[in-house]
Amino acid sequence: MRTVTSSDIADRVAEMVVRTNRILPPDVLAAISRAKENESSPSGREILGQLEENAALARESGLPLCQDTGMAVFFVELGEQCRVEGASLREAITQGMVRGYQDGLLRKSMCHPLTRKNTGDNSPAAIHVELVPGDGLKISFMAKGGGSENMSRVTMLSPAQGWRGIKEFVLDRVAEAGPNPCPPTMLGIGIGGSFELAPRLAKQALLRPLDQPHPDPEIVRMEQELLDEINSLGIGPMGLGGDTTCLAVRIIMAPCHIASLPLAVNVQCHSARHEEVLL
Amino acid sequence: MSREYSLQAPLRDEDVIHLKIGDRVLLSGIIYTARDAAHKKIVQALETGAELPFPLKGAVIYYVGPSPAPAGRPIGSAGPTTSYRMDSYTPRLHSLGVKATIGKGKRSQEVKDALVRHNAVYFGATGGAGALLSQRIVSSKIIAFEDLGPEAVRELVVRDFPLLVVNDAFGGELYARPNLPD
Repeated sequence: MRTVTSSDIADRVAEMVVRTNRILPPDVLAAISRAKENESSPSGREILGQLEENAALARESGLPLCQDTGMAVFFVELGEQCRVEGASLREAITQGMVRGYQDGLLRKSMCHPLTRKNTGDNSPAAIHVELVPGDGLKISFMAKGGGSENMSRVTMLSPAQGWRGIKEFVLDRVAEAGPNPCPPTMLGIGIGGSFELAPRLAKQALLRPLDQPHPDPEIVRMEQELLDEINSLGIGPMGLGGDTTCLAVRIIMAPCHIASLPLAVNVQCHSARHEEVLL
Repeated sequence: MSREYSLQAPLRDEDVIHLKIGDRVLLSGIIYTARDAAHKKIVQALETGAELPFPLKGAVIYYVGPSPAPAGRPIGSAGPTTSYRMDSYTPRLHSLGVKATIGKGKRSQEVKDALVRHNAVYFGATGGAGALLSQRIVSSKIIAFEDLGPEAVRELVVRDFPLLVVNDAFGGELYARPNLPD
């Protein structure tokens, strides 16, 4: 049995949330630069250039990339042979997140759903914990903005609708969202599972780096087919028209009930901020 | 043809009447921040006759909830939030003299109609470029609803703040229409 202290967890999380909000992942920045090379619309190229400039400025100045520093979402893989000492795992992650958002001058964006009173410290975080074999501890963090989250949807398709129904739903969603979620976006798509599992898979799918293809060639083909059709919509960077509406589609599939075909589309903006630490 | 203008806020009718979709505007002067919660409070103030946080005549409202200011800077990151959430409040504010709003994303037909009726415009700023846009903000001061935290109303002084005319006072719309397959 390996022991990790809660103060170590809090420290690493505090550093991670600040860094993630200031430094765009290199694979996302590379995708934006590549899109700029291939974009035929002048306004599209201009917007993509501004995003590169914004990323460089945030990195140098320590300002967050976007004022919406997000709801803090964590995916944790906790080894069955790993024990957390001190505070609980959830408390440790929350303490680190709160400290990072305070000290790193990140925006506190969480509020009561009806009174809209701000909680004041960006808590609570969404913390998804999965027990895995071994003694490792991996904590992935995503700073998830509200604008793109609002454009996300979950639906229960009929099994007969199949891949065609999935594509139709995703394309309609992207078309209806138009400029709202800050395109070029990334789409995390959860296919299968259940009503609560599909959206979680969709969000988790967004953690896979853009330069890392899915191991299953069939899913690679599905992701590419969707990406090509989305980029034919012509919405373009910030909705001003162009070839770059979406930078990547990321799918996770899971078996589902014989009566169901759950589908979730989690829209992520171009400021796709996420990182992971191993403890 | 897109043209470029340098304008001074608050805006006058004659500033707005020339603007067409796709025009670029470098905006300087005084603008006010307000998003969801502040809009609700402003409309409540209108209903009860309470004092408004800023004069509406000629006003430019920026939909933004900035991140906290670092030492030596007036403001943190400060890009636009999605505008449609303010749609239900916007026509009334235009009828009382607001000349422009700044945000990102589509507006409702009611807002577009109000722009035509009251000679006003909707500007888009680049979403997700909050660090970059903050460089054009010279000063920031909370003037109302401090308890709302990031949603408090701020008076900003901006210099050459870069904007695009997305909806003009003639019913025009800049956003691309998606080519959905049949």
